[in-house]
Amino acid sequence: MDIIVCIKRVPQTAEAKVEIESSGKDIVKDRLTFDMNESDMYALEEAVLLKEKFGGTIIAISLSCSDAEDTLRIALAKGADTAIRIKAEDFDELDGYKTAQLLSAVIKDIHFDVIFTGCIATDDAYSQIGATLAELLGIPHATLLTNIEVIDSISHVHRELEGGLQEHIEISIPALFTIQTGINVPRYASLIAIRRAAGKEIKLVGQNEISKDQLLLNTQIEELFIPPVAKQVKIITGSPGEVSKELAGIIREKGLI
Amino acid sequence: MILDEEHRSFKEKVGRFANKVVAPRAGELDRECEFPWDLVKKMAEWDLLAIFLPKRYGGAGLDTLSYATAVEEIGRVCGSTGIFLAAHSSLGIYPIYIAGNEMQKDKWVVPLARGEKIGSFGLTEPMAGSDASATQTTAKLAGDEYIVNGTKCFITSGEIADIIVFTATKDPSLGYSGISAFVVEKGTPGFSAGKEEDKLGLRGSVTSELIFEECAIPKENLLSKESDGFTIFMETLDSGRISIGALALGIAQGALDASIKFAKSVIKAGKPLYKRQSIQSMIADMATEIEAARLLIYQAAMLKDAGKTFTKEAAMAKYYASTIGMKVTNTAIEIHGILGLSKEYPVERFMRDEKLMEIGEGTSEIQKIVISRKILGK
Amino acid sequence: MNFDLTNDQKMLQREVRSFAETELAPVAPQIDVSGEFPWDNIKKMAKLGLLGIIVPEKYGGSEFDFVSLAVAIEEISRICASTGVIVAVNNSLVSYPILQFGTEEQKEKYLPPLCSADKLGAMGITEPNAGSDVAAMESTAKLEANHYILNGTKRFITNGGEAGIFVVFAYTDKDLKYKGISAFIIERDTPGFTLGKHEELMGIRATANCELIFEDAKIPKENLLGKEGDGFKICMNTLDVSRIDIGAQAVGISQGALEEAIKYSKERKAFGQLISNFEMIQGMLAEMATQIHAARLLVYYAGYCKDKGIPPRFSKEAAMAKYFAANMAVDVTRKAVQIYGGYGYTKDYAVERLYRDAKILELYEGTSEIHKIVIARELLR
Repeated sequence: MDIIVCIKRVPQTAEAKVEIESSGKDIVKDRLTFDMNESDMYALEEAVLLKEKFGGTIIAISLSCSDAEDTLRIALAKGADTAIRIKAEDFDELDGYKTAQLLSAVIKDIHFDVIFTGCIATDDAYSQIGATLAELLGIPHATLLTNIEVIDSISHVHRELEGGLQEHIEISIPALFTIQTGINVPRYASLIAIRRAAGKEIKLVGQNEISKDQLLLNTQIEELFIPPVAKQVKIITGSPGEVSKELAGIIREKGLI
Repeated sequence: MILDEEHRSFKEKVGRFANKVVAPRAGELDRECEFPWDLVKKMAEWDLLAIFLPKRYGGAGLDTLSYATAVEEIGRVCGSTGIFLAAHSSLGIYPIYIAGNEMQKDKWVVPLARGEKIGSFGLTEPMAGSDASATQTTAKLAGDEYIVNGTKCFITSGEIADIIVFTATKDPSLGYSGISAFVVEKGTPGFSAGKEEDKLGLRGSVTSELIFEECAIPKENLLSKESDGFTIFMETLDSGRISIGALALGIAQGALDASIKFAKSVIKAGKPLYKRQSIQSMIADMATEIEAARLLIYQAAMLKDAGKTFTKEAAMAKYYASTIGMKVTNTAIEIHGILGLSKEYPVERFMRDEKLMEIGEGTSEIQKIVISRKILGK
Repeated sequence: MNFDLTNDQKMLQREVRSFAETELAPVAPQIDVSGEFPWDNIKKMAKLGLLGIIVPEKYGGSEFDFVSLAVAIEEISRICASTGVIVAVNNSLVSYPILQFGTEEQKEKYLPPLCSADKLGAMGITEPNAGSDVAAMESTAKLEANHYILNGTKRFITNGGEAGIFVVFAYTDKDLKYKGISAFIIERDTPGFTLGKHEELMGIRATANCELIFEDAKIPKENLLGKEGDGFKICMNTLDVSRIDIGAQAVGISQGALEEAIKYSKERKAFGQLISNFEMIQGMLAEMATQIHAARLLVYYAGYCKDKGIPPRFSKEAAMAKYFAANMAVDVTRKAVQIYGGYGYTKDYAVERLYRDAKILELYEGTSEIHKIVIARELLR
């Protein structure tokens, strides 16, 4: 089974202080660390599990700047066979639609049975690459997968719905699936795999291979801003004794007395 | 080895120069408070005055790492000559090199690099040390000239300098955003040197007050744009810290070398000094701390040469090297005993010279604030 | 050298960090209290190749260099010092001397199980009356027909209680002084070899620190490592290497403590403001970060010297890295506790454990005092 996994390199902002760049359209990145988007890690692992079951190859693709080659190498170390970087530096401003167009321009010439993407990118949270890419390639898709089994060209997938519901659907392959976190337990790369991946070449695709003419940009960022901080409210419940004890604790902890 | 072949052989070359040419003069310069004009000329001949500057401006066309090793080697034998070199290169030449236009560079950087002129940097004021936002010196545009009024103090090479980069504000109430950087040439009417400082150490270097009284400076002496002064001197100080750290390192190495020599040559109570564990322990501590300081400085220089951010690393290197430098030079005197206080031995000079490294170009306390800001993400 | 990590080292760092944060972090406080040996995690780490980082692939290792070993040990120790020590011992105190001084048969027999953690390694130098003064050891080994008969007691042996393969030192000829010491590879089930008392330690409490007792233990002749009399050389050579990763443990423990302290300083308020706003706290954090950075560079540099073989003997560089880093770790973790105030003295926060874990670094594989003598000797030659 030939599988393509789309991978994004994103800043790790959970514990970092995020600041807006002077242009007002991007965040300050120079002191942030970057890593593979969380749900993409699960997508990659799902691909490796399918490959282990059915054989075949995995291609990892990322539309990104050259720094992201580290992230693609991690994908190689974890089980991808080859990696392609679409040179983001060649294609100016990007949005979800343009990203999907660029991915499809590369993928349309590659044989595949399944495409995996993460269900959402933790930086821009657009959640639209998977569906748009599937439409551009003319293949069916399903989003937010929590389980997948492939039996004779039919994939049986579970989708996560609101309220804890699961939907079971069948889709014939080739198809695209966006993967929800938690579908599997992503593996760590072994040191030997890392050493091998470090030496592998990453295929580059840029404006010489993809014509910029027909690329469309549908959205433009007007402004990024940090919303004003609201006052914090804490509601303490319990018996009067418990409430006053907790309140006293809070006051002491905050250094108010 | 940490240095590659090229850097190592350059460092060795400067080391030979330091031993042969600078070392014999060091004690005398300190005792007589004599500025080493002869050594400036020799350093110019050896192409040491603008090591990191591209050749087309008269520099040696090498990198920051080479420069750091040179300051280290000179500092190893003479702090006064070392501080002159560091101030001339990092504070005199560097800000014009990074912020000047081509005309300014040709006019000022080239003669500085060749040693025909002496460079200096006037930032500190009586009421504005590490807090440069408190700058009181004013520069007001009047026609084609800026009229400058104010006083700068503790300016290395101030009185003898021909080309001085200085900062002034258009309005002291504006803080950082009002500060611009200018060049003033010696002999400009209204510009004069005030009192020369009598200092604890670095006594062969000149430290003076600079006084501006209705001093008219041509408009074209402005570096970059108005209000760029803060950025220019922050960048200058970032790099300057590498050279002050290198100087602190060099002085410490000089003190260690002297201590080893002394410990091996002296017999106390029938036992060579170096065979005593208490002396061995001191020597091991000195050497280990010096090695750590050296790695910090070289790494900060390498980061700069690679075009990466190095503010935090330069602050760490300067802070650490000067802190251990003080400790090392103090221990060196301890090892020498009462002889360490005598001018027969270089170690008391090393200690006096080293103290400035904890203070100049941002005190240790300021370095710690710079570092903590970076690690706290402020 | 420019101190930049290579591509594969950066990837290794990322994977080990992610492994440590996910797998080691939850158990680190527990095994500190219980002293339980973290076999589950050791097995998982063996799968990733962390038990034989510096061992060639043909013997089941990952074939990375010593800078990489330092990077890995730092990342592990940042989360769990006990696990860091266990891995370090397996790599540099046991696998390394076998790799460096063993016969082809010995390498083929012993390195694969060490790398896979089927059998863990431990090294026996220290004795009740011989610590840093290695030549004062009393253990003896006498050749009788095809076996060496080993007698003696080894003490404070990390991994001792759980290991399967031991590198042990004993005199084959006491008259030759340190030139009469030899090294042996000893298997756990050797007749006459038993475990003694388990040590209750102040820190690194999950490292199965144990006494080894040899009473007429029969060691097959072919388990001599190197030649008779090579023991001291093997020992010194191995300790040089292991100093790199003790330095790395120190850097890791300290980095962990610094990160905890930074986090806490940004949450904790006193006198109406966050304590991270106070200059004294900022000053301490800056000192800690600077000390750690300096130690890390010394450790990388020692690793680099080993990897490049320049200078051929790098005892001074390794000793500086270990001595400086150990000293630094005790100071940095102490400051971390100080920033936490009274809370830092409780087991609710990791800094209390890290502070205890740091102390051993100044003691094992040569005390700080021994390192100073090593450094001074090189300088005063």
